[in-house]
Amino acid sequence: MTAVVPSPELTEPVEPPPSARKPKRNWTPWVLLAPGLLWLVVFFLVPIFTSVSASVQTGDYDDGFKLTWHWANYSQALTDYGVQYLHSGIYSVLCTVFCLALGYPVAYFIAFKGGKYKSLLMALVIVPSFTSFLIRTIAWKTILADNGPVVQFLNDAHVLKLTSALGWTVGNHVLASPAAVVCGMVYNFLPFTILPLYTSLEKIDPRLHEAGHDLYCSPFTTWRRVTLPLSMPGVIGGTLLTFIPAIGDYINAQLLGNPNTGVVGQKIEDLFLRNTQGYPVGSAISVVMMVGTLVLVMSYIRKAGTEDLI
Amino acid sequence: MTAVTAPPAAPTTAARPPEARRRSPLAWAREHLLLAVTVLIFVFMLLPNVIIFWMSFNQPQGKFDYVWHRFSLAAWQNPCANGEMCHSIGLSLRIGVVATIVATVLGTMIAFAMVRYRFKARSGINALLFLPMAAPEVVMGATLAALFFNTIGPGGLGFWTITIAHVMFCVSYVVVTVKSRLAGMDPTLERAAQDLYATPTQTFRYVTLPLVAPGIAAAALLAFALSIDDYIVTVFTAGNLETFPMYIWGSVQRAYPAQIDVIGSLMLIVTMAIIALSQVLGRARSARR
Repeated sequence: MTAVVPSPELTEPVEPPPSARKPKRNWTPWVLLAPGLLWLVVFFLVPIFTSVSASVQTGDYDDGFKLTWHWANYSQALTDYGVQYLHSGIYSVLCTVFCLALGYPVAYFIAFKGGKYKSLLMALVIVPSFTSFLIRTIAWKTILADNGPVVQFLNDAHVLKLTSALGWTVGNHVLASPAAVVCGMVYNFLPFTILPLYTSLEKIDPRLHEAGHDLYCSPFTTWRRVTLPLSMPGVIGGTLLTFIPAIGDYINAQLLGNPNTGVVGQKIEDLFLRNTQGYPVGSAISVVMMVGTLVLVMSYIRKAGTEDLI
Repeated sequence: MTAVTAPPAAPTTAARPPEARRRSPLAWAREHLLLAVTVLIFVFMLLPNVIIFWMSFNQPQGKFDYVWHRFSLAAWQNPCANGEMCHSIGLSLRIGVVATIVATVLGTMIAFAMVRYRFKARSGINALLFLPMAAPEVVMGATLAALFFNTIGPGGLGFWTITIAHVMFCVSYVVVTVKSRLAGMDPTLERAAQDLYATPTQTFRYVTLPLVAPGIAAAALLAFALSIDDYIVTVFTAGNLETFPMYIWGSVQRAYPAQIDVIGSLMLIVTMAIIALSQVLGRARSARR
C-alpha cells in the first residue's frame, strides 16, 4: 500500500505550541515514546547488530552456529554474487529513471491540469494498490503472454528482434527477460514516485507559469527554470522512495524474470530459507547491501542538498 | 433556418479572449500531448486490475490461470475451493488486525510526544523512525530472522514473530500519518476548551481526539494494508506458517487458480466500497450540521 508516503516536510520536527514549552522537566513525552521506540530498538536496531555478528559465524542448523570471526563469509558474499549485485543495481537504477520519466508528466498533469478532478485522479493512482501487489505483478504474465496482443504487436513491428539482440528480451518473448523485470518494477513503484512529486508540484503557484509566460519564456524554459527547480524536493523524495525498495526487490525478478536475472534479494532468501549452512553468508550479504544502500542514499542526499530530509 | 445562422467567423474571433488568440497550434499540441501521455500511463497503471477482474471469470485450460480460455462463474461461486487459500487469508487477516492495533497505539503515542512536547534527542528519534522506512525490506527481514534464529531458534517462528515484524515496519508510517494530522490542527481550539474550564482529560476526550481521529483511522488503514500485503519480511519470520501473499507466491510454482483473481478483485471492490461509504457518511454528517 502506498496511500501515504512520507513527504520530506512531514518528517521535520514540528514546533510545539507555546503552551507545551514549560521549563520544568516533564516525563510525559518519554512515557509516550518509550514503548514504540523500544519496539523499534529491539526489533530493528538490535537485529542489525545481531546480523553483523551472524555474518562472521560458522555452523549449520543441526549443530547450531558459533561466532568464529569467519571473515571469509564476506569475501564469499562479495565475490560469489557479483552478477546479482550488478543486476540489482542496474534494474533499480533503470526502474528509478523510468519511474521519474513516467511519473513526472502524470504528477504535473494532475497538479496543474487536474482542476476539480485532482483528488479523483490521485485516487486512481492509489486505488490499484488495494489489490495484493503479488496478484497484480502476476497479471503481467497475462498481459505479456506470448500470444497476447502486446507481444504480437511488438513481434509484428520487429521490435523484439532489436531488443533481443540487445539482450533485453529473449527470442520473441517478453516474459522471463530483463525487460519484463524492469517493466514489473516500474509498474510496482510508479505510485511511490508520483505521490511525492505531486505533493511538491501541487504547492507551486500556477501564477508563476503566467509570470514566466509574460517574461517571454517558452513553456519549456518556464518548466526548466521555474517548475523543475521548485519541484526538486519531490524529485528527490520520489526517486529515493522508488530506489530504496527497488534495490531490495526480488519479487519482480522471480515472477517475471528467468534464471539469468537473479538479484541479491533472491540469494539472501535462498541462503536463509533453503540452505542449512547459508545463514551467515546470507547475513554478510544483507550487511553489505545495507551499507551499500546507506552509502548510496546518503551521498545522493548530500549531493542533492537536502539533508533535512532525514 | 439558414437565413438566421450566425454571421461569418470574423466577429467570433474578435470576441475571443486575447489569451486564446495568443495560443499557437504548437501549444495546443503540447497540451494534448501531455494529456495523451497521462492517459497512456494511467492505462499502464490500471490495466493489471482490469486483467485480474477479467481473468477471475476464466476457466483455465491447465493449472495456471494466465491465458484466457472460456467464460465461467465457477471461481466466483466457489472462492474457497482450495481450503489452503482461505486458511492463509484467515491467517493474514488475524495478523493484520493484531499488528494494526499494536502499531496504531504505539505510533499514535509517539506522534503525540513528537508534536506536543519538547525534549532532547529529537533528531536521533527522527532518524530511528525514518530508518525502517528507508531500509530495503529484504534487509529488515534477514536481520530480524538472524535475531530470531539466535534467540528463540528457527523452531520458534510463527504467528507472533510475523506480527512483531509487521508492527516494526508499520509504526513509522503510523507516526508520519498521525503527526501530519496533529501538526495541521489549530492549537487555539484546545486553549479555547481550557478557557471554558475543561479539564485536560475532557479537552483530550472531546476536542483533541475527535479532531485527530481521521488521522488515526487513516494510519490504521495504512498499517493494515501494509501488513496484509507484505511478502518479503513475512517469509523470513513465518517459519512453517503460510500467509496469503506466501500462498500466492507458492501458487506460481504449483497451480494458479482463478480463485486468486477473485480474491484480488474482491480486495479492490471491498476497499472501494468502504471508501465510498465513509465518503457518503462523512457528507451526510456535515450536511446535518
